Amino acid sequence: MRALLALLLALLPALARAAEPTLVADLSQSRIDISYRFAGEELLVFGAIQYPGGRLPADVPGIAIVIRGPAEPLTIRRKGRVLGIWVNREAVRFESAPGFYAVATSAPVDQLLDERNAAIYEIGLSYLQLSPATAVDPETGRRFQDGLLALRRKAGLYVEQPYGVRITADVLYRARIPIPSAVPVGDYRAEIYLIRDGRVRARATAPIIIDKTGFERAIWLFAHRHGFAYGLTAVALALGLGLAAGLAFARRG
Amino acid sequence: MDLYLPIAEMSVNALVIVALGLGVGFLSGMFGVGGGFLTTPLLIFYGIPPAIAVASSATQVTGASVSGALNHYRAGGVDVKMGLVMVGGGLVGAAAGSLLFQRLQTIGQVDVVIGLTYVALLGTIGLLMLKESLAALRRLRSGAPAPRPTRRHHPLVAVLPWRMRFPRSGLYISPLAPFLIGALVGVLTVIMGVGGGFILVPAMLYLLGMAAATVVGTSLFQIVFVTAVTTLLHAVQSQTVDIVLAALLLVGGVVGAQLGARMAQRLAPERLRLALALLVLAVALRLLVGLTLTPSDLYSIETALA
Repeated sequence: MRALLALLLALLPALARAAEPTLVADLSQSRIDISYRFAGEELLVFGAIQYPGGRLPADVPGIAIVIRGPAEPLTIRRKGRVLGIWVNREAVRFESAPGFYAVATSAPVDQLLDERNAAIYEIGLSYLQLSPATAVDPETGRRFQDGLLALRRKAGLYVEQPYGVRITADVLYRARIPIPSAVPVGDYRAEIYLIRDGRVRARATAPIIIDKTGFERAIWLFAHRHGFAYGLTAVALALGLGLAAGLAFARRG
Repeated sequence: MDLYLPIAEMSVNALVIVALGLGVGFLSGMFGVGGGFLTTPLLIFYGIPPAIAVASSATQVTGASVSGALNHYRAGGVDVKMGLVMVGGGLVGAAAGSLLFQRLQTIGQVDVVIGLTYVALLGTIGLLMLKESLAALRRLRSGAPAPRPTRRHHPLVAVLPWRMRFPRSGLYISPLAPFLIGALVGVLTVIMGVGGGFILVPAMLYLLGMAAATVVGTSLFQIVFVTAVTTLLHAVQSQTVDIVLAALLLVGGVVGAQLGARMAQRLAPERLRLALALLVLAVALRLLVGLTLTPSDLYSIETALA
């Protein structure tokens, strides 16, 4: 009897784990190439929910999809009026802000998740942890963070899509994430979360690389590795085009 | 036609940029100025990051000025000695300007300083030009003879030591004066992306008292060299020259400059100066309004890259 109980206790976590559904995820592309024709892209994130034993539960879980770009430190400045002219006055520095952040969910974040879980996994723009490096009171930090979020949202670099995830037949999910042309290059990550009762129950991640390619990449490398030669090329181009136009018009008229 | 700019890291409509270059080039060819004072604000207005707009606009001014400089040189309208003194000043100014630019960037006041400098310079020069061209037009209408141009350099210039002869310009003055003017314009080229013709020409005429025949040619000579060095400086120091953006501006700009120069020959110079004065004042006014009007975004982002 005691042995049986011990066995049950030992199995319990495994059973509990098995009782949770798992996620299968894929992307329309794991690499986005920025070529000279790049004017933005749409990333399709899709996959399936695998229920233990293939049985659908009574309540369908929620899905949250987060695409996160490379983080970098940045400074937010706020303008104030000095003698009638708008001048940058206060500044707050943030240690790490993602250059791109998109979140799509099957229902608004605050309906899906409790605050603690949303903050732990940084699901939802208002739960991003930007860690201000300048010593400011929390209220000021919040104001500057809101300023950053508003600017980046306007530029399409921060995206929030409540109801952006469509779940079909309780099993298949998909979301389309718009990637704007001004997206920073670097290593991205797609995170897919399975949510039930306000908590994350399963997750899957997939890497995405966004990088310049071909001509764009060659120019960028040239400019950054051989600045002087690049500058000379730019000057030569300017002189060449200027002189060519002068000659062409002199001949015609 | 969308085209991705490799350095600005954004997609632009190539035709819009070429048209912008064409329009600015036309005006610059017509008025004999580089046009940087129009290109930089227009590019920033289009959404190009300011640092890249300034650097790429300097590159465009090189191309817009070289053909004119060469034509003036062939016609004997360049005082090479004077030009070299000014280029020397321009290089010192460019180096100082780039230090100033970095300093302003760290304290986050680049935009407002550029804006205020534009307003002050364009406003002053626009008003002076307006006054002068209106007086000229009035004289033209009344048929009164033009006053004999007083070809004398400013008393401040006369007190400077180490005089030197500049036979082409008909001057015997201290090279410090053109050197300092060149240096001031060099600073402006680096931080504003302008050639500075709109300052050089009046300064050479009214401060130095140079012979009118060599003023435009010599100013173009200085502009070509200083903007070329500025391009190099930006390319090495901050990698902010977008060669694709500059090429688009150039393609429109060089053609526009030729068309504008042709147009200028059909118009009375007094009217041209009046039109340029109004254009310069309009740009100054627009920038002043931009500085005083409550901005739609109080916040701005500055990444470590810029």
